[in-house]
Amino acid sequence: MNLEEIKSRIEAALPGCRLEIVVNSSPSGQHSLVVGREGAVEVARFLRDDAELRLDYCSNVSGVDWLDAETSEKVKVKKLVDGVEQEVEEVRKTRTPGYLEVVYHLYSMEKKHGPVVLRQRTGDRGDGVTVASFTPVWRSAEFQEREVFDLYGILFEGHPDLRRILMWDGFEDHPMRKDYVEPNDYEYEPTPHDSVLAKAAQARAMEGRE
Amino acid sequence: MIADQELAAIEGRGDEALLELSLGPHHPSTHGVFRMDVVLDGERVMKLKPVFGYLHRNHEKIAEGASYLASMPYTDRLDYIGSLTNNWAYALAVEKLAGIQVPERAEYIRVITAELTRLQNHASTIGFLTQEMGASGSPLMYSFREREKILDLFEALTGSRMMCNYMRFGGCRVDLPAGWLEQTKKVVGDFPRFLDEFESLLTGNEILLARTQGVGVLSKELAIQGGVTGPILRASGVNYDIRKVDKYGIYDRFDFRVPIGEHGDVYDRYMIRMLEMRESVKILEQALRDIPAGPIMDSKTKIRGFRPKAGEAYGRIESAKGELGFFLISDGSPNPYRYRVRPPSLINLTVLEDMCVGSSVADTIVIFGTIDIVLGEVDR
Repeated sequence: MNLEEIKSRIEAALPGCRLEIVVNSSPSGQHSLVVGREGAVEVARFLRDDAELRLDYCSNVSGVDWLDAETSEKVKVKKLVDGVEQEVEEVRKTRTPGYLEVVYHLYSMEKKHGPVVLRQRTGDRGDGVTVASFTPVWRSAEFQEREVFDLYGILFEGHPDLRRILMWDGFEDHPMRKDYVEPNDYEYEPTPHDSVLAKAAQARAMEGRE
Repeated sequence: MIADQELAAIEGRGDEALLELSLGPHHPSTHGVFRMDVVLDGERVMKLKPVFGYLHRNHEKIAEGASYLASMPYTDRLDYIGSLTNNWAYALAVEKLAGIQVPERAEYIRVITAELTRLQNHASTIGFLTQEMGASGSPLMYSFREREKILDLFEALTGSRMMCNYMRFGGCRVDLPAGWLEQTKKVVGDFPRFLDEFESLLTGNEILLARTQGVGVLSKELAIQGGVTGPILRASGVNYDIRKVDKYGIYDRFDFRVPIGEHGDVYDRYMIRMLEMRESVKILEQALRDIPAGPIMDSKTKIRGFRPKAGEAYGRIESAKGELGFFLISDGSPNPYRYRVRPPSLINLTVLEDMCVGSSVADTIVIFGTIDIVLGEVDR
């Protein structure tokens, strides 16, 4: 069953859910299905329980961080230049706001097919970073969603035990985000070099020793 | 699972019966720096929460800052017992991402090295398991004696015993050295004798039976639900081996069977590994017989300055511990935009609590031993 058929199958069973196909241009041909926030768990449950699909095994859960992107394209515009209408090239910039994404790779152990790639996206990278947790549907997402929460800061609504997993509890930031800045924890090195040298100078300046 | 009411009832007895204990991170039975927070009622485990992260170095972030090729040696350090299968999984994901064909000889070499990896991994897992049951030293030395012969082969081929860094996207790094195939045939030919010897000492052993049968039962349903893969999944009676399901590489050319357990207890997990080693020997015999001459690298692939087109791919293999997968997103630059490792060791621990609750501390150690984890892969 290809992804379009899966999509229409879900839409027939669950009207009202929001689905969108994302085309993957690589030779792997693993296209994916973006599911909207509302009814995401129902879609997941349908994929797991539907007799044809039976995607009973959620193999992999990974977070992805997409920063704000600025794309510029050249457009030809008609303009009045010195009273004469002329065609002028203009660079038009479009800003796409960034978002965080969770990617699920689903397989079927019963039917031995897959992967079906399911994606959830957050509204932005600031406050609206909540998505639905699929742990109630597939237990195997438990630790992996915790990891995505830990490293990307995505909140999973409905997760039974959402704590940090790899970083320690007192840690504050989310290190896998693309704009993460590592803390300035300079330690003395006898032979500092390159970026360490710059850090060393900075540390000395802060201690007022320069 | 033990309900909260039952825990509250024990608390209510007022004899301070519940003991909260931290097992690990520095304990010889935890296979590295792994910690479990357990709540005990006497000897009985009431709750168990694994605590991770002692070996975390954010492998994935480091890989996002390095080229595709530069991450290959780092994959060795994930599951350091099976560096060659890690190489393969990563190479497979990159090959899917960029649509690279691998020459036939390289495919054969990959199968041979991967199955040798499986042999030494399973042998040492069983060695460690007996160690955890109290058979201190001797059985482990039997399996290490065999492992040593295989590591010698790895050293002759790749220059390193454990950190092999051998595969490349599009093939393998170097061709087989002179005499390597003959030596491998000898090691593989001798292996069943070791298995017979090992089994005559262990399989019917009274102590082993008493310590393993009916211990740590994992049901088929929970195994699937919890995403458990590899020998543990098959011990619970699920016929799912990625070598058969995906037929990646050239696994469709070999005649081998997938052993399936019945009870899902510790004994089945032990036995599945024993049987899988015999199947691996079968695959090895066929691969060593059929390996053709030819190139070992795809000539069209430039591994230096490698820039795959934008897109994504998930590639997975059946490593000795379960499904090892790599998820890569490319934005067309020399570094991967996203590099994700799907670690079987971590995900197989999801159901550890369900398997251990209700059993004694000594059994918990044995159950944990059969999951077969490597912390380099769990914490990444």
